[in-house]
Formats: sequence, C-alpha cells, structure tokens
Amino acid sequence: MDYWTTLYVFMLATFIGLGVIRRVSRLLHTPLMSLTNAISAIAVVGAILIAGGDGPLRFRILGAIAVFASMTNIVSGFLITDRMLRMFKTDKSGPGTGA
Amino acid sequence: MMSGVGQFGYLVASALFIFALHWMNAPRTARRGVYAGAAGTTLAVLVTWADPSVIHHLWIIGALIVGFIVGVPLSRVPLTAVPQRTALSHAFGGAAAGLVGTAEYYLRLVEQPSFLTPFRMVALVAEIILGYLTLTGSLMAAGKLQEVKWVPQRPVIYPFQNVINFFLFGIAIVLAGAIAWNPTTPWAPVVFAVIIVLALLFGVLLIIPIGGADMPTVIAILNSYAGLSAVAMGFVLDNKLLITAGALDGSSGLILAIIMCKAMNRSFTNVLFGAFGQVQQAKGPTEERVYKSETPEGAAQVLEQANSVVIIPGYGMAVAQAQHKVRELYDQLKKRGISVKFAIHPVAGRMPGHMNVLLAEADIPYTDLVEMDEINPDMPQVDVALVVGANDVVNPAARTDKTSPIYGMPIIDADKARSVFAIKRSKNPGFAGIDNALYFSDRTWMLFGDAKNVIGELVKQLAGPGMH
Repeated sequence: MDYWTTLYVFMLATFIGLGVIRRVSRLLHTPLMSLTNAISAIAVVGAILIAGGDGPLRFRILGAIAVFASMTNIVSGFLITDRMLRMFKTDKSGPGTGA
Repeated sequence: MMSGVGQFGYLVASALFIFALHWMNAPRTARRGVYAGAAGTTLAVLVTWADPSVIHHLWIIGALIVGFIVGVPLSRVPLTAVPQRTALSHAFGGAAAGLVGTAEYYLRLVEQPSFLTPFRMVALVAEIILGYLTLTGSLMAAGKLQEVKWVPQRPVIYPFQNVINFFLFGIAIVLAGAIAWNPTTPWAPVVFAVIIVLALLFGVLLIIPIGGADMPTVIAILNSYAGLSAVAMGFVLDNKLLITAGALDGSSGLILAIIMCKAMNRSFTNVLFGAFGQVQQAKGPTEERVYKSETPEGAAQVLEQANSVVIIPGYGMAVAQAQHKVRELYDQLKKRGISVKFAIHPVAGRMPGHMNVLLAEADIPYTDLVEMDEINPDMPQVDVALVVGANDVVNPAARTDKTSPIYGMPIIDADKARSVFAIKRSKNPGFAGIDNALYFSDRTWMLFGDAKNVIGELVKQLAGPGMH
C-alpha cells in the first residue's frame, strides 16, 4: 500500500515545520498564526474536488460550503497577516521595509 | 489520479509554503512569506480546478465569491479583535475539514466502497473528529473572547467533568474503531453520524472550563488541530500537499502551545483539564495590606525624572484600546532623552504575540519590544516600571508563594525596578482571580482608572506647560 509514502511525507513535513517554526521571531507569533491558518485552508483542494465532482447535489453543496469556509480563511488570513506585518517597522524606516 | 502537471503544481506549492514560514523568522522578510503563501495557495487551487474530475463549476465559483466577500471584512477587524478572528478562522478550517470528510464518506459508501480501506477510514474518522471538535471548540473560544452574552466567560466547572469528557471521547474512539474495519455494514452510516455529534459536543465541553488567561494556549492548540485535520484529509485523498501544509500548521500550533505552556509553567494536560481560573481561595491576611495610590500629576513628575522606563503591557491595554495613547507617552518620554522599552511576556494578552501586534499598530518600533528573558536582568537598573493592564505576568507570588496557582510561572520582574506604577481599572483581582503582591510593595504606586484615560492624563501632564 502507498500509505507508507504519505506517512513519510507527514513525518518529514512535521520535522521541517518544527525546525522552521522554531526560528520564527517571537514578535511575529500573531501573524504566524494567521499565516499558518491561511496555509492550512489548502483544504480547499479537497473541497473543490467534492464540490465540482460528479456526486449527488447534496454532497456537492457540502463541498461548496467547505470551499466557502476555506476561501474565507485564505482571503482573510493572507490579508490580515500582511496588514499586521506592514505595521512592524523600525524607528526610521517607512511602512513594511523593516530594518 | 492527478496529472503530472497537477502533481508538479502541488510540489511547487508545498515548497512555497515552507518558504513562507521560513521568511517569517524576521520582520524584514516576513511579508515575502505572505506572498509565497498566497502564490502557493493560488497555484494549488488552479491545478485542482483544472483536474478532469472537476466537472461542475458553478458551485465552486459561487462559494469562492462568497468566501471572498466574507473574508475581506474579516481581515479588517480592529487588532484588539484579532484573537477572536483567529479563533473564528480555526472554526472555519475545522468546518471545512469536517464537511469534506463527511461528504467523502457518504459519497464513497454508495459509489466506491472499495475506497474505504481501514487506513482511509481511520484517517477519515480522525479528520471529522478533529474538524468538528475544532469547529465548536473554536466557536466557543471566539464567543468567550468576544464576550458574547450566551457564552459563559468564567470557566464552567461541574462534578466529574474530566471523567465525562474522557468517557465521551472513549465512546467516539470505540465507535471509530468499529466502523474503520466495517465501513459498509448497515449500521456504519449511523455510527458515523453519532461520531460527528460526539465530536461537536466534545469541542464545546473541552472549552467551557477554560478561562481567559489560558486562551493563548488554547488558541494555539486549536490551531494545531485545524492543521492536523487537513493532514488527515491528505491521508484520505492521498494528497501530499494537504499533508505537508497541514503538518506545517500542526507543528506551528504545537510549538506555540509549548511556548505558552512554558511561559505559564504549566503542562498541556493542566491547561486543558485543570480549570485554572476557578481555583482561587481567599487566603492570607489580605485585608491587612494597603496600597498607595498616586495621581497622574505625581506619576508624570516621577517619569520625567527617570533615565529609563520599562512599560509592561497586558490584556488591560488591549481592552482599553490604550496602545495609541501609550505611543504618545513613549514619544513624550523619548523626547526627553529617556530610554523607553516594552517588556513583553509571552502570554500577555489573549493570543501569542498579541501585545507585539498592538504596539506595532501604534507605530512603536519593534526594536523597542523586548522579550521577558532579555529584559529581566536589566530590571534592577530600571528607574520606573509602568504596568499597563498587566497583572499575573508581573505577580511576584509566582516566585515566592508556593500556594499560589501561578507559582513557578516565569514573570517580568517589575518589582525589582526602583519604582513601579501600576495602572489598573479597578481594585478587583485580575483574570486569574489572584491577589497581586506587587501592588502592595512599598515601591509601587497605583494609578486607578481606565488605561487609556490614565495614560492620556500622563501625556497631558508631560506635554503641558510648567513641566519643562
């Protein structure tokens, strides 16, 4: 069975995640959370396959609701993360350019 | 099965997500991370949509448009409302995973029962349990943070609470096991529905005993669950992009939760099952102690004489929306050549990094936001520590009083500064309901009132004539 491959992917991605997230600046923990939230809204992929598939209408509606919920997270997640990050600046620099 | 082009698109999207998080390691590169993440998501949506199995487009287009319309205003909320917005988005993420899992099961049951292998069934059940639990749990958390009327703010405790929770969870696991190997027996669809109800119920029960001070940890844990439900969906659909993105989100939530727990000297289980906010007993000679209060005029005079000032913000600053006034105070003090730093406790506020975002919004340079561990060694040399709506994170009982519920929690050593001013809305104890010894110290003067008004008064005094 191919599920061993997916389990490997999960393990390796978790290690990468732990390694990368550990180095995220503590200043940015709130934007980090909204960013990861937007990224995990990639569940939209599964939702699109259901909503656009050839199943009965009631399942496609469930899928469409899931597309809606994910899309809301994608749009609001990336926009609010960017909005927050623009606010982080050093003393002299203009918006968003940072140090 | 996806085409090669589709798979390649997923591969690139996965790499973009890893870069997105990598660039978050410094404020200078962080915005690049947002663009990488948005590009990865767009790419993934496009290649999925182009898949030949997607034959109906109207519902997708409609859902994307409505999602866009709802998403834009949700990204414009005031920054003080970011914790509840985040909780709400975890709820949306959980809902999406739960709904996809539900549709997937009932659809395959009719059309392709051979798809429902034990491995996929375990993943499916994990997906819906995590998804629906995150949905109701996050809605409860958002309700608590938003202080919605019908959601109890204080922790709700009843006898055998943990026993009942574990019992319900146990039932869900047993049922899950039962249908994992019998996904097509006549009673399986009913059992699946029962598991959904249990997960929804469990999410509510998990959050009602949790108090406001524990919200940063709980939000981080829910963040992790939302990610893990996407991983489970990835297992069901054999989709490595979902697994990668979900694992990144899951590990992010996990690390944040660990940082929050460490910052409170508590364990995961203690946060989830400890019902923190409730364990406050009236003890000790509290009625004996007196605090000194000071007027803004007096405090302004002391501040003006200081060489170094450390401002310690807490949730009270967020509630009073005082960050812009704090900025004015910062400007006034800086103008006089006084060194001003902000001491940030990891759990100050209602979510990880909450204070940093509020202060950044008020245009305070992030180079002046200092973490607890870095600023504590300097605290004895600080002339004035100004506590703005923080309470437990500056309570010296955490160091000295073994009977205190917060004993062992690392704190910002405000009490070691040469003098302390504490702005507090009322004379009641803080959210955790614990008396704060700092307020009774002989170096501490209380400034009672709304943080925004008090700081406004301080600014007025410093800016006004006769103070130069």
